[in-house]
Amino acid sequence: MKRTGVFICHCGINIAGTVDVKKVAKELSNHTGVVHSEEYIYMCSDPGQNLIIEAIKENQLDSVVVACCSPTLHETTFRNTVKSAGINPFQCEIANIREQCSWVHKDMEKATEKAIKLTKSAVERVHRNESLDPISIPVTRRALVVGGGIAGIQSALDLANSGYEVILVERSPSIGGHMIQLSETFPTLDCSQCILTPKMVEVSKHPKIKLLTYSEIQDISGYVGNFKVKILKKPTYVDPDKCTLCDECTKVCPVVVPNEFDLGLTGRRAVYMPFPQAIPATYTLDIKSCPGLLPIACGKCADVCEPEAIDYDMKPEIVEEEVGAIIVATGFDLYDKELMAEYGHGKYADVLDGLQFERLCSASGPTTGKILRPSDHKEPKEVVFIQCVGSRDPELHCAYCSKICCMYTAKHAMLYKHHVPDGQAYIFYIDIRSGGKGYEEFVQRAVEEDGALYLRGKVSKIFEDKGKIKVWGVDTLSGKDIEIDADMVVLATAMRPSEGAEELAKKLKIALDKDGFLSEAHPKLRPVESVTPGMFLAGAAQAPKDIPEAVAQASGAAAKAIAILSQERLFHAPTVAKVNVNLCTGCGMCVHVCPYDSLSLKDGKAEVNEVLCEGCGTCSATCLRAAIEVKNLTPLQVNEMIGASLGG
Amino acid sequence: MAEEFEPKIVAFLCKWCSSAGSDLAGVSRMEYPYNVVPITVMCSGSISPLYILSAFSRGADGVLVSGCHPGDCHYIKGNFYARRRIALINKLLDFIGLEPQRFQMSWVSAAEGTKYTEIIKDFVKELKPLGPQTKLGRDL
Repeated sequence: MKRTGVFICHCGINIAGTVDVKKVAKELSNHTGVVHSEEYIYMCSDPGQNLIIEAIKENQLDSVVVACCSPTLHETTFRNTVKSAGINPFQCEIANIREQCSWVHKDMEKATEKAIKLTKSAVERVHRNESLDPISIPVTRRALVVGGGIAGIQSALDLANSGYEVILVERSPSIGGHMIQLSETFPTLDCSQCILTPKMVEVSKHPKIKLLTYSEIQDISGYVGNFKVKILKKPTYVDPDKCTLCDECTKVCPVVVPNEFDLGLTGRRAVYMPFPQAIPATYTLDIKSCPGLLPIACGKCADVCEPEAIDYDMKPEIVEEEVGAIIVATGFDLYDKELMAEYGHGKYADVLDGLQFERLCSASGPTTGKILRPSDHKEPKEVVFIQCVGSRDPELHCAYCSKICCMYTAKHAMLYKHHVPDGQAYIFYIDIRSGGKGYEEFVQRAVEEDGALYLRGKVSKIFEDKGKIKVWGVDTLSGKDIEIDADMVVLATAMRPSEGAEELAKKLKIALDKDGFLSEAHPKLRPVESVTPGMFLAGAAQAPKDIPEAVAQASGAAAKAIAILSQERLFHAPTVAKVNVNLCTGCGMCVHVCPYDSLSLKDGKAEVNEVLCEGCGTCSATCLRAAIEVKNLTPLQVNEMIGASLGG
Repeated sequence: MAEEFEPKIVAFLCKWCSSAGSDLAGVSRMEYPYNVVPITVMCSGSISPLYILSAFSRGADGVLVSGCHPGDCHYIKGNFYARRRIALINKLLDFIGLEPQRFQMSWVSAAEGTKYTEIIKDFVKELKPLGPQTKLGRDL
């Protein structure tokens, strides 16, 4: 039988005002196995903790129950207290008689009765607690960053500049993400490429960063501090070391396909460089559009390549890496235009999405920065911008707000006016959301200086008529129907999680929210962590966000990763599952239900990987033979707690 | 007049959502009947049918199981297992002949102190007219 001490806290009058603490102490002193019981005004204070230490020494206690506030507050405090008196911290349990008792009841007699039950329940639990030591795990002090947009770049640089090796994986041929496609950025009108390319170059030159472009995550195993990653490096069929960037290959390539970088506004060849500042600076032969990797099928590019950089025999490669932490920054895609047929996107050449308009404004874009209609290359004199296309539409499209559209539409209107001073920008909006430093002023500037005409309402119909795009809508503020003969329409389409993010999330075991974005561990207090320890989130993969927010989150994720990588060993709670091999029949049901893959069958018996186990106990409730239980909250303990809770 | 019947209720709360929700009810000083004695477990998925039967056989007049909302489980999917298991337990209790009102499952998040309070109030109100549970329970 254990020698348990019970300590009841008054918490000033927070507990003692409703619970007769003296009665609780007296009642508990008569409970089996309790050799010491006392109350004190503030147990968490220094004198209170000293009182516990003294009582442990004086009465040779081997276990302790503190009846006080919620264990979320002072469990750690009191476990450290008993540790300092020489008792294993897992021999200390908390009875929550404040949040779950004194604060929700008024009748002293009844509250006292309940407090006694709660305290006895904790005593019954601690009587069967094992002494446990934290599980120690070594740390591989390198990181993996998935996604080479601004968020991934920022995380990789922060980690590398802190001295940790980073593997940066990007699935397209160049890093840069969507930010490199933008013309100017709000609210400063900085040129996007001018501020991003120095960071891209830094990534490519950094001795601590291993950049794998045109590569995808194939498989991930392991756990925090010790992940094993398999990365598929797709063949580019161009040897970057030999390639001299002479561009002869693209001149002879007979294939033209839509250029992803210009969102289809221009074409590219099957062998191509995504954009002039691409990192790594090399060509890629796109196997999907190439007529065939055989000289007999085409072979023109290899023929003209003097340095013989084109290698049709290049094979996919599997790169295996070990890392201690992972940052997922897979970014966003725009809402599929085929789902937005009502706005004529994809049907009329002069109905564009926001990113296409960025390319039109960009000095490196298809029109070298002149805003021209894709259909006839004429300068549009009236442009209609429509916000919330696909966003804030729970019935048909996305329920959420895509957050950046209000700001970039204001920017678009402004840029348009700067390019076409005699033009007129109309903006259909539901609300203007311009929270952010300098954002509201920016929108005001679009209205006041650049004459953007904001119309509060939705567009009902868009159709082509005599070379114009007719836009019918309503201005809900004046109540008038609006009809505009526009030359161009720009849609602020919703942001979606990037294609393939769901598949990757499954491999990483990161949960997705209802919209398919990666779920953070806590919406307020753990916004950059995933629920899986050691995996962090950055940028628009987690939720729509603008560049400063993506960068801030990326730096936050890097700091969280560094908190792991900076340690030689990690410690994990030892309250994990334990198998009774004599009872286990090897049916494998526990293996199947474990959310963390911490169980496996070995020699016909279940085996726990203690490092992976989070101690949820789902296995225990599933096992038909009671052969598996979680340490310090076993079915036997719960059973005794039930008895105490019912006053038995 | 005889004293009004006060049902004894055991509530199994998951640590991360429902227990945190009940803490919030306390922090917000919401008042609810004292009949419920909570037992905090790690996850609603860890609640074995035996816990529920044990509570009834030890004289509980009602048993409440409360976890994170479906999709919000701290342990990814434990509450989905709980939900399926609870459906089976309901059938078993029905077979035994226990009134279905005596066993309830709810989803209470860490932010739902008010909901927790309402659930307890409603549960106690529902149990009172049923009187003591005698099908499985013994007099303690």
